[in-house]
Amino acid sequence: MSGILSLTVFSPLIGVAAILLLRLFASPERQEASNRAARWIALVTTLATFALSVVVVAQFDRHLTGFQFVEDQAWFAGFRYRMGVDGLSVLFVLLTTFLTPLCVAASWTSIKERVLEYMIAFLVLEVLMVGVFCALDLIVFYLFFEGQLVPMFLIIGVWGGQNRVYAAFKFFLYTLLGSVLMLAAILAMAGTAHTTSIPALLAYHFAPHMQILFWLAFFASFAVKMPMWPVHTWLPDAHVEAPTAGSVILAGILLKMGGYGFLRFSIPMFPYASHVFTPLIFTLSVIAIIYTSLVAFRQTDVKKLIAYSSVAHMGFVTMAIFSGNIYGEQAAIFQMLSHGVISGALFLCVGVVYDRMHTREIAFYGGLTARMPWYAAVFMLFTLGNVGLPGTSGFVGEVLSLVGVYHVSTWTAVLAATGVILSAAYALTLYRRMMFDPLTNPKLADILDLNWRETAIFVPLIVGTLALGLHPTFVFDLTAASAGKLAAGYQMLAGR
Amino acid sequence: MDLIAALHLAAPEAFLAVSALALLLVGATLRPSALVVWVLGGLALIVAAALAATGPLGAAFSGGFVADQASAFAKVAIYLMSAVALLLGAGWLGRLRARQFEYPILVLLAALGMGVMVSSGDLISLYVGVELQSLALYVLAAFRRDDAKASEAGLKYFVLGALSSGLLLYGASLIYGFAGSVKFADIAAAAHAGAANGVLFGLVFLICGLAFKVSAAPFHMWTPDVYEGAPTPVVAFFAAAPKFAAMVLFARALGDAFPGAADQWRQVIIVIAVISMLLGAFAGLVQRNLKRLWAYSSIANVGYALVGLSAGTKEGVQAMLVFMVLYMIDVTGFFACLTALSRDGKPMETMDDMAGLMRERPGMALAMTAFCVSAIGIPPFSGFMAKIYVFKAIIDAGYGWVAVVGLVSSVIAAFYYLRLIKVMWFDPTAGKVDAAPLDARGVAFAAALFSFPVVVVALKLLDPLARTAASAFGLS
Repeated sequence: MSGILSLTVFSPLIGVAAILLLRLFASPERQEASNRAARWIALVTTLATFALSVVVVAQFDRHLTGFQFVEDQAWFAGFRYRMGVDGLSVLFVLLTTFLTPLCVAASWTSIKERVLEYMIAFLVLEVLMVGVFCALDLIVFYLFFEGQLVPMFLIIGVWGGQNRVYAAFKFFLYTLLGSVLMLAAILAMAGTAHTTSIPALLAYHFAPHMQILFWLAFFASFAVKMPMWPVHTWLPDAHVEAPTAGSVILAGILLKMGGYGFLRFSIPMFPYASHVFTPLIFTLSVIAIIYTSLVAFRQTDVKKLIAYSSVAHMGFVTMAIFSGNIYGEQAAIFQMLSHGVISGALFLCVGVVYDRMHTREIAFYGGLTARMPWYAAVFMLFTLGNVGLPGTSGFVGEVLSLVGVYHVSTWTAVLAATGVILSAAYALTLYRRMMFDPLTNPKLADILDLNWRETAIFVPLIVGTLALGLHPTFVFDLTAASAGKLAAGYQMLAGR
Repeated sequence: MDLIAALHLAAPEAFLAVSALALLLVGATLRPSALVVWVLGGLALIVAAALAATGPLGAAFSGGFVADQASAFAKVAIYLMSAVALLLGAGWLGRLRARQFEYPILVLLAALGMGVMVSSGDLISLYVGVELQSLALYVLAAFRRDDAKASEAGLKYFVLGALSSGLLLYGASLIYGFAGSVKFADIAAAAHAGAANGVLFGLVFLICGLAFKVSAAPFHMWTPDVYEGAPTPVVAFFAAAPKFAAMVLFARALGDAFPGAADQWRQVIIVIAVISMLLGAFAGLVQRNLKRLWAYSSIANVGYALVGLSAGTKEGVQAMLVFMVLYMIDVTGFFACLTALSRDGKPMETMDDMAGLMRERPGMALAMTAFCVSAIGIPPFSGFMAKIYVFKAIIDAGYGWVAVVGLVSSVIAAFYYLRLIKVMWFDPTAGKVDAAPLDARGVAFAAALFSFPVVVVALKLLDPLARTAASAFGLS
């Protein structure tokens, strides 16, 4: 089945082509009809991509530690087009293609302006996101990684909220500054190792002083993307201003690229530097967990609260990654997948009431259980998932990351564990203020419960959260071989 | 070597010279419909490009004229870009109902000058080429002689250009005085034998003169004013091909005449490149006029190209060649967009004019977005590929810090490109836009499509060609 990865990555382009044809040939008078057609095209395309990625996961041989479905072709300047997945990346492909159709469905009625352009931007973004997880060459990786800035910039800037221009610029420039440093490191690595092939570089041993420089350059990029404290400030702005689907993609996928980058590059390629900088990462992670949890507690805007909670949860991921043992690596992957589903779902929950009331002020709401019982139930499930209640996916990831870190640094684990309590505090307070308190705002009197479209969006997410929480072995089976190899190689090279 | 063989080597230039003079005669005496001259001029450029691509290689006129892979590569690009500029000019003057026959002849003469520049084997042909090219461009800049702004631009260009020619000549005479020869090969030998200091002193002036021509900082002062004042299709011409020709000439002068002094001239070039990149990035931040903005952008981009050259390696020159070709196409496309866009007959030249363009003219807005994104260096657009080349070359040469400066300055510059995208996409529309003329729109779309996705395929072709071309210079 060679070529199936490229097929999966580029399949959304078929939808792009179809919508472009629609744009060129549909008569401008029948705007509404072509908008509807564009939505359906985007939905069908993203579902087809999801089906393809399911095939990839089904065909994936979980016993192999190397890369599978490998493609390799000559390109320009001695660079090559290389694709492939292993246990670390294959599930992220699935997560991306799983969330994108939901995003298209979530934008069904909330996006009314320039629908065709919006759908094109989303499909292009999907190509680039899936591509990041499949790239097996540094230049190809960078191409997909960096290319996302433009569609995301437009999604925030064109379809975003009040302060969208500021947020879009902040997002773009922060990320760009981080990634150009990574580009410099990539080119320097190419000059030193005479290859940009990721499998070849994984086997290459860089000199310690070079590892330090390269690690810092990659760190600049991934820390911004992740985002880690103190370079997380672009995230709340971007989240608040982005349309609902944009927030879902940001929290669900784009943030995961930072973690994936650490797993794919920093740990295996620069083990010495990773070891040296582990205390730094632990410190920043603990600060992120505690500080941003406290910040989340004080937010008055729902989306901002969830955005800060994302930063805190990503703290668990970075910490787990740099614990360097198999528990940590698997926990990091699991936590990222779980957070992708849960935070995506939470942003969709916010989108539901935002579409109805056009405000995200927590104080505006209250007593929604009376009017929207189904919605309240769904929100409750994902709130508990976010808190890490046993039975949801959030629990598995957090506990296992703490276990992984505990092996390396007891104090880090202990301090980070307070984050679990803090997350319960802010998440449940949010729930109480929006759902319980008496319904005092007269504007909420006629608010409607979930309609069939919203229900259809939430069902897969609920299934996903519970399935991951009750049957986590699905993830661990697929990642065990690759994560084990990663951890073993790291511990050997880092001299633990 | 007899004259026939020499002329055979110089066939593209001989053909261009004869065509230009013949067209001048035809235009002045027979007074045909001016369009005939334009069409024939365009054809002459295409034929010259074909001749350059297929012609024999060697040196002629006792080493003063060199035809090698590098000159062939450069000439094809230069003549084709000049033909595109001719197309834009024809459409523009046609709309003004002032399609004089002198315009194509001036373009032909400028192209001839550029052809001589990239083929020069000694200081004499270097200077003759530069002057021929420049004089034609001065006139083109002031082609709308009833327009005060264009005349001002032409005059400014001329005065400052003359100053740079003076510097160039002074440097050339110093080199000649110390090396005892004007031929690049002899200068290389003399520099090697120990006449170094005086020759190097001359080299610095030579570099200054050439830096003027490519508008590298700190010799960039003329660029924003001339770009702003000159008619847009003319800017589309002299922002592209002449810069490329001057960059190739740079490589030729440094690579053929001073291959042994790479460590010395590298310092100078790196300083010029770094200043250009930073100045282009910072000064662009405050520009509201798009032509001025793109002038600063071109200063920054010349800085990137010089980064490739300063590596002083074959890879570096290859990177510079690829960079310039990709840049030429982008910049021509951008100015084609500006040529195409007008509101109530007035050209749209400022940031504010572009507000809401995405609603009014989505095609043009998309093309301009592509050029902006490419200029920021976002993959997979051509600007990214181009930057990859130069930064890889400089890092491999051991000057990683230059690459870091370049990359950081590209982030700073990203702000003004993003602002243009923001204005076009996010802002409410500033009013109806006139229908875009077919010629400029065609050039803009073709360039945008080249920027992505054609570049992905084109690089496979361009890469080996540029490598062969780069190996023609005396660098290892």
